[in-house]
Amino acid sequence: MAKREGLEVSVALGDAVKLADTDVVAAYPITPQTHIVEHLAELVADGDLKAAYIPVESEHSAMSACLGASAIGARTFTATASQGLELMHEVLYIASSMRLPVVMAVANRALSAPISIWGDHSDAMAVRDTGWIQIFVENGQETVDNVICAFRIGEDRRVLLPVMIHLDGFSLTHVIEPIILPEQSEVDQFLPPFKYPLPLDPKKPVTMGAFGPPFIYTEVKWAQEVNLEAAKAVILECWQEFGKTFGRYYSPVESHHSEGAKVLLLTMGSLSETAMVAVDKMRGEGKEVGLLKLRLWRPFPFAELRQAVKDAEVLIVLDRALSFGGPGGPVCSEVKAALYHETKKPKVIGFVGGLGGRDISMSGFEEMINKGAELARTGSEREFEIFGVRE
Amino acid sequence: MAKAKVKAIPKAKKAEGELSWKDIEIGCFITEPGNAIQFKTGDWKSRRPVFDFSKCNKCTLCYYYCPEGCIAETPEGYFDTDLFYCKGCGICAEECPKDAITMAEEEK
Repeated sequence: MAKREGLEVSVALGDAVKLADTDVVAAYPITPQTHIVEHLAELVADGDLKAAYIPVESEHSAMSACLGASAIGARTFTATASQGLELMHEVLYIASSMRLPVVMAVANRALSAPISIWGDHSDAMAVRDTGWIQIFVENGQETVDNVICAFRIGEDRRVLLPVMIHLDGFSLTHVIEPIILPEQSEVDQFLPPFKYPLPLDPKKPVTMGAFGPPFIYTEVKWAQEVNLEAAKAVILECWQEFGKTFGRYYSPVESHHSEGAKVLLLTMGSLSETAMVAVDKMRGEGKEVGLLKLRLWRPFPFAELRQAVKDAEVLIVLDRALSFGGPGGPVCSEVKAALYHETKKPKVIGFVGGLGGRDISMSGFEEMINKGAELARTGSEREFEIFGVRE
Repeated sequence: MAKAKVKAIPKAKKAEGELSWKDIEIGCFITEPGNAIQFKTGDWKSRRPVFDFSKCNKCTLCYYYCPEGCIAETPEGYFDTDLFYCKGCGICAEECPKDAITMAEEEK
């Protein structure tokens, strides 16, 4: 039986990649992802992980090397953050379009300028249209569990898509938490070997990434969209199976005290932990508030979200990213779009906060919930509220 | 010089315009090597080369300059283009030392 031990989340993540018996790691170090790839480099150098570690010269090369490795049927992992993810940007589309199930940990970090090494979700949101599966985690245990699930989901014959696991930079990557690392035999049981159906093989040549003239491009993109949407059923199945095996269950939209809540707050990532404490306190004071945590960002869980908010009067959405000149945060605008056609729906109030590592404390969440409920009553002239900015 | 032969074009399972999104391989991979031979590039051209064999001295320059490799030797040893692939770039006409190739407007 696996036991709980104190581990830095980045180290535990690396250990999870080892438990998955990964074949190839190609990565370029960037704060706050560094400890993940350093630990993997050590595991490979020490012979604890029998894998090829490719120390590339940039993130663009890291992702390109991952594509090649995945295309021959190797289980492939990389990790990055912020500017590194942006430098990979064009190659991300190629991974998903060529259906190569690379798994990548993203240590969510703000984008420059000014240079910020601290956490927010600007990098994650900038790649939301790249066709990857995107899963957000809020603590170390969820990180380990979902990295293992990511391989199983992405490599499933019905899916064959790359997966990003989003963990907040520093507030997750650099903290030591009590974490249960599963036993190797349990992971071997849960995660079948990777068998790519059409690998690059000189004996049976295939062409990947060929020319796609106008007569076929639309069909290819639609096939990709249908496939990503259909992946949701496999994600649910995997989480269900994971729960049965390891006793920890995950779902696309998770709730905390949402039953009977008139005011709901929706968060993503590590700040959800603080928000839970704030909601507990407010519930203790008899306030009808609750929390929703959006775990699955792509494919977007429309049905689960609609179900989760249907009885609420107010839904407050916290975004840790800005869409400049747009309707506020990406999460809030997508939540609004998902609810637009519903006849019974809560008023949606968007906040943007927690940018570039700015912390939101328990009292901060209380303030946000109270202000959001107030704005739902009085109305606001703005499309969204910025939280905690100094006037 | 080896005689160039234009291969027969294998018949695609479905015509380009009839392929549904369900007919596509994973990632739009091509599993049949060399199927670019089915891809008609001849409809890109606005002008086509016309070869006047009475002026041709069989020097082969058009054959070597053609960037598409679609000029082949005829049984009589002259040279002619395969209009299924010819994009009408006009390089052959430009390079021909005998002015045996002229570019005619595509009328349809």
